[in-house]
Amino acid sequence: MTEHSKKEILDTEPTHHEVHIVSPKIYAVIFITLLFFTGLTVAASYLELGVFNAVVALAIACTKAVLVILFFMHVKYSSRLTKLTVAAGFFTFLILITMSLTDYISRAWGLW
Amino acid sequence: MDSQAIAVPATKSEIVHEHSPHLEHHFATESQQREASNFGMWLFLLTEIMFFGGMFTAYLIYRIWYYPAFVAGSHWMIIWAGTLNTVVLICSSFTMAMGVHSAEIRNRKLLLRYLIATLLLGCVFLGIKAFEWHDEWEHHHVPGLNFSINEFTHVDPRYPLDKPLPRDMAEKTQDYFSLYFLLTGVHALHMLIGVSILLFIIFHAWRGAYTTGNMNFVENFGLYWHFVDIVWIFLFPLLYLISRHQ
Amino acid sequence: MSASTVLKLPPQETADLPKKSYLNSEYGLKSWLLTRDHKRIAILYLFSTVFFFTIGGTAAAFIRLNLLTPGGELMAADTYNKLFSIHGIIMVFFFLVPIAPAVLGNFLIPLMIGAKDVAFPRLNLLSWYLFVTGGACELYAIIWGGMDTGWTFTTPLSTHYVNTHVIGAALGIFIAGFSSILTGVNFIVTIHRLRAPGMTWFRLPLFIWSFYATSIIFVLATPVIAIALVLIMMERTIGIGVFDPARGGDPLLFQHLFWFYSHPAVYVMILPGMGVISEVVACFSRKRVFGYTAVAFSSVAIAVFSFFVWAHHMFIMGISNYSALVFSLMTMLVAVPSAIKIFNWSSTMYKGSITFDTPMLYTFSFIGLFTMGGMTGVMLGCLGMDIHLTETYFIVAHFHYVMVGGMVSAFMAGLHFWWPKMTGRMYPEALGRLAASVLFIGFNLTFFPQFILGYMGMPRRYHAYPPEFQVLNVLSTAGASILAVGYLLPMLYLTWSLKYGKVAGSNPWRATGLEWQIQSPPLTENFLETPVVDFEAYDFEWLANKEKNEVQSVG
Repeated sequence: MTEHSKKEILDTEPTHHEVHIVSPKIYAVIFITLLFFTGLTVAASYLELGVFNAVVALAIACTKAVLVILFFMHVKYSSRLTKLTVAAGFFTFLILITMSLTDYISRAWGLW
Repeated sequence: MDSQAIAVPATKSEIVHEHSPHLEHHFATESQQREASNFGMWLFLLTEIMFFGGMFTAYLIYRIWYYPAFVAGSHWMIIWAGTLNTVVLICSSFTMAMGVHSAEIRNRKLLLRYLIATLLLGCVFLGIKAFEWHDEWEHHHVPGLNFSINEFTHVDPRYPLDKPLPRDMAEKTQDYFSLYFLLTGVHALHMLIGVSILLFIIFHAWRGAYTTGNMNFVENFGLYWHFVDIVWIFLFPLLYLISRHQ
Repeated sequence: MSASTVLKLPPQETADLPKKSYLNSEYGLKSWLLTRDHKRIAILYLFSTVFFFTIGGTAAAFIRLNLLTPGGELMAADTYNKLFSIHGIIMVFFFLVPIAPAVLGNFLIPLMIGAKDVAFPRLNLLSWYLFVTGGACELYAIIWGGMDTGWTFTTPLSTHYVNTHVIGAALGIFIAGFSSILTGVNFIVTIHRLRAPGMTWFRLPLFIWSFYATSIIFVLATPVIAIALVLIMMERTIGIGVFDPARGGDPLLFQHLFWFYSHPAVYVMILPGMGVISEVVACFSRKRVFGYTAVAFSSVAIAVFSFFVWAHHMFIMGISNYSALVFSLMTMLVAVPSAIKIFNWSSTMYKGSITFDTPMLYTFSFIGLFTMGGMTGVMLGCLGMDIHLTETYFIVAHFHYVMVGGMVSAFMAGLHFWWPKMTGRMYPEALGRLAASVLFIGFNLTFFPQFILGYMGMPRRYHAYPPEFQVLNVLSTAGASILAVGYLLPMLYLTWSLKYGKVAGSNPWRATGLEWQIQSPPLTENFLETPVVDFEAYDFEWLANKEKNEVQSVG
């Protein structure tokens, strides 16, 4: 086997992801943003928004979570595999919630 | 199983001339080991998502069914404690991220400072949580142990416009508090485990273990810590902020 | 049956086991109990899971003995309830779920991908200790009085109406669940990151694809049963009311959480078996597996779809009709990838050079019995049929066909196929074929009558039954005793072969795959040099070329 083809084979190794060091400035910005959203969610809970109270609260919580995941947990700078893994986890959680809800929402009994 | 010379031809990634002390024998390069341990940590976090996910499902069902009871229960949460705890955890996430950064730039003193800050913030969180639980015990809000629905069948003086609950709905507040203690309890358990591991990490960081090029453990622990923070980010609005308006 | 075989053993007069292997690299109990070698951990798991199999099997023996007579005179009803609960829990959580991943997976995955070990060897050892701890906890619960809710812990029976060791049993399963999770994490990282140079995803043996899919399920589904069991334990100790209708709880919530794991768990039980079948079918047809891509993707598809169907175990429990429709539709879909595999394996055999060695006999067993079990599963997925057939012996027959007829046959195929690799010795082929035949006959005699019984309406989990069902029950019990012989024989001759079996050499089956290119039993570090892979999976031509040019030396 020639050296060239051997190298070709070896280059099909699992992807090597470069390590990216996130700067503290970004951490600080995200930190302040998270605090801001915390204040926002507390303030929003004092407003009368009907069913949108829950929507706003969850939306803000999801935003905060996404910020932590992308920046504090480095997912923005991680390999595609890591991103796929995170997505798979949340996808399965959503399946648990939504498919259980198909039962609870459409029951004729038990609803208060 | 002594370290045999691994006959791996040189590849594009770093060429390992010597066997680094951190490199396990079944990995070919340090970057492979780091990526593998990182990936493994993420997979473990997936299991945590699903573990808490089961509890969130239970919460969702009962909140839909017994919304007035959940509102009444939520009104008894100490809002400043919950908000402060949220701020504390976000700060601890920041200090943890900065700690990982310090390990990346191999600054031992800075790493120690941030790790200790994270530890202290974690302990503050647990302290406030203990205070809250004590308060709930005092008010007979602990399901199965000393639960009483008295406070829900009378008008709440802090929310005078709210009507008191009918008896059968008042009994459902026990479901709210069950889920409250379950969710915050399991979360606090994870915090406790995190704090314990932090003690271990601080000890080893002090001896220079993570600032000499092998910071996998700190990085992966950081992931765990951020995850526990994310769980609280969801718990806070779901438990404390159900309906604070009049 | 003709003596056609692919077996090619080294000349026995001069052959001997290799001087150094993972079995003799270190001696002493400590070297086994503190090992980090994936192969030794696999052997540790083999001992523990077979131990639990005998316990579960003993419970089954008593169940069948009791069902010989309609009056159920052998034991009290409560005792019978305990026995089928113990049988279910042990067989599901302590035998079927761990055995193929922990034994075959642990042993073979690093070998097949060209790695020196799994990604996290110490976690691997920890997972065995967690398994044993969970098992010990379970045994405690059993010995101190058992529990009688069935392996499904249905609420509110398990939380409010029984006075047996539910908490102990639940705790044992909870602990053992962590063992599964660690195994799953280990396998996923190993398969992603530790493949040898040149081993691309589509050159992997299909065995690896199946185990990868299994590991995905381990990681995503197991935590949900963990929380479900925690809730049961809290309900029983503190009485939090989460499943108590009197306090506004919903018993069905437990079932949603329980089956969210337990349905994917049945695919955890069968997927590794399918992986084994892919390997065995290719080797004993001397042909590459037909439709590699389809089989590979169908494994992952089974894992993904398995998460969408759990409430088909709850059709009559009170879920809404609309959600039942959704889950029934999904159940139909999940059958498709399994069927794809059966078609592909059959196509593999078409125009292949088939031989009837023991692993292949078990494979034939698998294909026939799994198909029957699978099709009856689709029948049960139809809402109308399920109303009549659920909680009858039809269900019992269905899942035994897939789990025992399917998975256990596949495991036996794998055990016999890789036995020479694991031990360096061949088992006696004639006895192997005999045991496979006995198993097939015994199995069908045991469980086919149960389809009929269920269809006629005999309920499951009842210690007594109307007298008109007796004949079929007697047939079933008779079959069970034959089945027991089918299990006993391998236990005996495999043990015998450890000392007296023929020396196998590195590749007695002339199979493809990296694990067959190294000595039997393998060295602790598996490969002396990291292999470089430039051939496709099941490349029998490559193998034929290699064999022509090499002289096999053993010892």
